[in-house]
Amino acid sequence: MSPQPQAAVGAPLSRVDGRLKVTGQAKYAADHDIDGVVHAVVVDSSIARGRITGIDTRDAEAQRGVLGVISHLDKPRLTYRQNQVSNAFPGERLHVFQDDTVRFFGQPVAVVVATTLEAAEHAASLVKVSYDAEESATDLTRGPAQDGPPPFARPYARGNAEEALGSADVRLDLAYRLSRNHHNPMETHATIARWDGDKLTVWDKTQWVIGTQNELAAVFGIPLENVRVLSPFIGGAFGSALRAWPHVTIAALAAREIGRPVKLALTRRQMYFTVGYRPAYEYKLRLGSTRRGRLTAMTHDFKYETSRYEQFWEANLALGQMLYAVPNVSQNPQIVPLDVSTPLWMRGPGYGSSAFVIETAMDELAYKLGIDPIELRLRNEPGEDPSTQQPFSTRRLRECFRVGARAFGWRRRDPRPRSTRDGDWLIGTGVATGCYDVFRGQAQAHARLDADGTAVVQSATHDTGTGTYTSMTQVAADALGLTVRNVTFRLGDSAMPPAPAQGASQTMLSVGSAVQDTCDMLREQAIKLAVEDERSPLHGVDPDDVVVRGGRLHVKGDPARGETYRQLLARNNRTYLEARGSYTPEEESRFSMYGYAAMFAEVAVDARLGLVRVRRMLGVYDAGRIISPKLAESQAVGGMVGGIGAALLEHTVTDHRDGRIVNANLADYLVPVNADIPDLKAVYLDGEDYKAAPIGVKSLGELVQIGVAPAIANAVFHATGRRVRELPITAEALL
Amino acid sequence: MFGAGPADAAQASPSSRVTLTINGERRTITVDNRTSLLDLLREHLGLTGSKKGCNAGACGACTVLVDGRRVNSCLTLAVRLDGAEVTTIEGLAKGERLHPLQQAFIDHDAFQCGYCTSGQIMSGVGCIDEGHTGSPEEIREFMSGNICRCGAYVNIVRAVEQAAHGK
Repeated sequence: MSPQPQAAVGAPLSRVDGRLKVTGQAKYAADHDIDGVVHAVVVDSSIARGRITGIDTRDAEAQRGVLGVISHLDKPRLTYRQNQVSNAFPGERLHVFQDDTVRFFGQPVAVVVATTLEAAEHAASLVKVSYDAEESATDLTRGPAQDGPPPFARPYARGNAEEALGSADVRLDLAYRLSRNHHNPMETHATIARWDGDKLTVWDKTQWVIGTQNELAAVFGIPLENVRVLSPFIGGAFGSALRAWPHVTIAALAAREIGRPVKLALTRRQMYFTVGYRPAYEYKLRLGSTRRGRLTAMTHDFKYETSRYEQFWEANLALGQMLYAVPNVSQNPQIVPLDVSTPLWMRGPGYGSSAFVIETAMDELAYKLGIDPIELRLRNEPGEDPSTQQPFSTRRLRECFRVGARAFGWRRRDPRPRSTRDGDWLIGTGVATGCYDVFRGQAQAHARLDADGTAVVQSATHDTGTGTYTSMTQVAADALGLTVRNVTFRLGDSAMPPAPAQGASQTMLSVGSAVQDTCDMLREQAIKLAVEDERSPLHGVDPDDVVVRGGRLHVKGDPARGETYRQLLARNNRTYLEARGSYTPEEESRFSMYGYAAMFAEVAVDARLGLVRVRRMLGVYDAGRIISPKLAESQAVGGMVGGIGAALLEHTVTDHRDGRIVNANLADYLVPVNADIPDLKAVYLDGEDYKAAPIGVKSLGELVQIGVAPAIANAVFHATGRRVRELPITAEALL
Repeated sequence: MFGAGPADAAQASPSSRVTLTINGERRTITVDNRTSLLDLLREHLGLTGSKKGCNAGACGACTVLVDGRRVNSCLTLAVRLDGAEVTTIEGLAKGERLHPLQQAFIDHDAFQCGYCTSGQIMSGVGCIDEGHTGSPEEIREFMSGNICRCGAYVNIVRAVEQAAHGK
């Protein structure tokens, strides 16, 4: 097979769905116009632990337009079959309206359905729920850890960390506290559910249409093929839509009980209760080093929060094992079950939390030893993965730092803390490593080439804003030899060929490789048709010598000899050609595969007020081949904004007396606004990694946020001389 | 579990007739007095381009122009808009021709998920009309009522600059 010319891939194209988004025509979950739809509003618990003793619905039901109020008192029939496909956490998921138990503050306890949203909202406020409350525990720092490690995490040890620490030239013993964060996508979670007999269709905000399909089939006890999940546009998610939460079931249940299609959109306040969060951590790190800055030992003892009914896990061990060449490592992870809802992976899950700890500790070590922070990291660069002894598929962290240091002007820095001042502002710069796994999943795609020379390619994947519509169009266009304009990519429908969840940065690699495979097959099919067709100018040509460009098949090196797809299909009386392809990662790779980043930050800290302002940031990334540079740059800059939020602003506050989240709104849970964000720069190293994927990509969406918070924390230290081992870094900590 | 039938009239919410112009089209509508402009647009008129991000005036996703001024439509009761002129994202383009700020948002990739985009663009139109585009700092300040969780702020500022100054 002759390689196709690269035209669309690597070109800085604007989003193919841009016009829909700037005209308000992109349809998010709650935007779909479904005939006869009525409105549901959830009533949630005002205690964190206990029993419901009564639900008085009389006032609510007396409201005009109210169609019904549903709670556990109605004993709604739900099957809750095992769902091994998309229920990731050991324990048992929350069952909706099946008993009188309250497990966390904000748990759904009833739903009101009415013909108008106004009536449903008002009626929901009139539902009176009485409780028998028990004392609740929601404070990670006080709750006892569960015996034994979290799921999928064994205590890890290599070498003898205690002994190595005892004999180390230099030791650090550090304690960190990371606050809980909420994803807070701009779109609140919403579901529209409609039953047609025993067939269920939902328009849902989900990062995993197949996962939601499996969960609904399991909860309602119906065959998988009876459930269809549609999610063509997603207003951000950052992980919160990676599972079907209780409200999805409630919408479908209400639709079944009321006998009408039902729309249910969570309020912003409800987004803090039942759609997951990045858990709070307490983390102790000990570090041993030689005087010359060679790490000899690292120990990680940490605990994080989970619910009492599910054991949450996330990838918080990998960085401690593979980021630096440390001969002696021990890790002891623990979970603390509390009267809270279950966390869910938030952008850079696990990695972001552990990177903050490791990368700020490396900065402390650099200062203690008097070694430049970049140089310290380079002295501990491993030649192979220290946890598996596997070679790296690619690891260009050294180059990331070299390119970044030059572009950022790192060498001009006076390394002494509190050495640079600009009026009232103390100026500092900091650096940190970012690193994230290359996750890979099975994916399939379907492509159809029509007689008019246009193609439609589809896969049950998603576009949370990452640019999937655009990047897949680019891959397909080059593989088919079509212009981008003549290719349409479709996604977000569980009836399409299956694709993994849009999480863990696996979409470009997995679905992209499936799209490549599918479109290669389709192109080869067309070429075969041509070279075997006596009437084709390509008759008899070796198929390996044919390329397609701009919808025209021709002999490589002889553009004059060829014909278009349209001519080929018309002459052969074919209305279309189609192909279905796939990508399946090898079961065990010989390589250690990660994306890498060097993050640089400059901050200004008001010497008297403790106010921190980010002045500029630069990220340099080793993410493999970049399919869609314009969109990849946007993601990187967006990752910096997310990291700035985590570093300086974001903090879910719980009143531990009753488990209430007191800042469950966007006025009190602070996220970065435009005025918080200076010019940010992102640079992707040119290159590709064909050991990681057939299309040469690694991972990107998580990677770009991982090292941001520690780079900022290190810059704050450089500016002020104050080391803050908590997230977020608040003014109070700097006063 | 379900109400026996239509509740008596005492439980019905008062409603009012208002006449307002939406995207150039004059309409007379009977609205539940509790209805916000945002819910009127989204749930009653099928104009779902304006988004509900917080329903509390904190995020800006619902921003529209009322009599030329940008407002949070979630905090604006429809019943008080008698005689008002409302412009939403659906009314910004002239036929197929995009408003310069819509085009600038595409050119600069000033969005990712697109959910805050309608509000950002309506807010940007207001910001430009108000003359608050003298510098990137000024644009940042006057565009800070619109949250973008994907973090497209750098490109939003560039897009507003382009539309304001033809850059």
